[in-house]
Amino acid sequence: MKKALSLNTHALVTLGWLFVALYMIFLYAPREETMGEVQRIFYIHVPSAITAFVAYFIVALGSVMYLAKRSPAWDEVAHSAAEVGFVFCSCVLVTGPLWAKPVWGIWWTWDMRLTSTFILWLLFVSYLMLRSYLVNPSRAATLSAVVGVVGAADVIFDYMSIRWFRTQHPQPVILGGPGSGLDPRMLATLLVSWGAFLCLFAFLLRLRVGLARAQRELGEIRRTFDMDLPEVQRGQ
Amino acid sequence: MHQATVVWTVFAKDVRVEWRNRETLALMCVFGLLLVFLFNFTLETTHEEALRTLPVVLWVTFAFVGILGFNRSFAAERENSCLEGMMLAPVDPGAIYLGKMLANFLFLAVAEVVVVIVASVWYNFSFVAALGWFVLIAFFGTLGYVAVGTIFGAIAANTRMREVMLPVLQFPVAVPIFIGAIEATGGALRGDAPGQFANWLKLLVAFSIVFVVLSYLLFEYVLEE
Repeated sequence: MKKALSLNTHALVTLGWLFVALYMIFLYAPREETMGEVQRIFYIHVPSAITAFVAYFIVALGSVMYLAKRSPAWDEVAHSAAEVGFVFCSCVLVTGPLWAKPVWGIWWTWDMRLTSTFILWLLFVSYLMLRSYLVNPSRAATLSAVVGVVGAADVIFDYMSIRWFRTQHPQPVILGGPGSGLDPRMLATLLVSWGAFLCLFAFLLRLRVGLARAQRELGEIRRTFDMDLPEVQRGQ
Repeated sequence: MHQATVVWTVFAKDVRVEWRNRETLALMCVFGLLLVFLFNFTLETTHEEALRTLPVVLWVTFAFVGILGFNRSFAAERENSCLEGMMLAPVDPGAIYLGKMLANFLFLAVAEVVVVIVASVWYNFSFVAALGWFVLIAFFGTLGYVAVGTIFGAIAANTRMREVMLPVLQFPVAVPIFIGAIEATGGALRGDAPGQFANWLKLLVAFSIVFVVLSYLLFEYVLEE
């Protein structure tokens, strides 16, 4: 990923792709028969959900790699993915009720699918909170990596729960097997939107990882020249 | 030293310390009592209502009572730098974890027995009919919860907020345990056929094992400084 695509080009590609996705969501995709216009939120809801799961996968991967390799770069990846993933997961939890209110008549129900997404959101929150309360940077990296790995067990449960339990939530349409009958134009819109979201996620992740690296390097420079460090960074 | 010896030594040490001052356990029991009192006092307690609310009351109480124990478990090690001693000991950190976890399990189990007896009296509900299943469910639910609580207690002890951090850290991870435990307990207490809540119990067993194994493997990273 390093120099294959410069950050600026990546930003432009993301922006363009998002516009294409917007066009397809509102103008290209046909109007859903029973749900009407509100169904179009599906093209934002589903890609956000998938991206949030991808983000946690990266958190877990970064955590495992950090524990194995002890390179701060992996920790920065995990931390950044958690922050960006939190945004996408919040997006899922906001768009879901917006769709559910007109379609189900309620904002929220403790359906397994909704519960598991909420758990995923809580995992992001607790991971990020832990980070902000840990003082020593290397301890913070190790301990949050441990939490990231233990939390992954929950995410696997989240993922499986939608297949184990009967839910009110619509079943997965992409890999839902035969009979998930999605209009080809709808499927195309979903895939383009999904791609745009993943591209946006990758862009934000790169940006955040770059920031984390700059912060670490600044810290190292300060330590080298023995400049005054704020109290919090000195560790316990 | 042999793995089992380390586990036993740590476990016996924690039990001995607790036996001598009986502070944490007393706190856990009294707190559990208070919670059951509050729930029982504020919620309707007809037999049908009890069947619906009792599993929730029990597991929420276990959860809060457990938090007290997990916090003490490592806060106590910080006093007199006992934690440093453990880090320096040339033994498997996983064994230390298992010892601490077993001690936490014992304390929480004792508090649970007290809570269940009190709940049984106040709710006028007999656990005898479903005792076997209930004990099995409580065993695995507690095991999974304690497995997460022990390692996260050690992590929280490193943060600035200590005690306050633990619930925020471990409840999200422990949610599947509680969902499984509450559903299974509800089934067992209603006297459902075991087949009806077996899936929840399986979920519970799977999670307990996963959490114990993960925490056992990861504890060495928590203990290092």
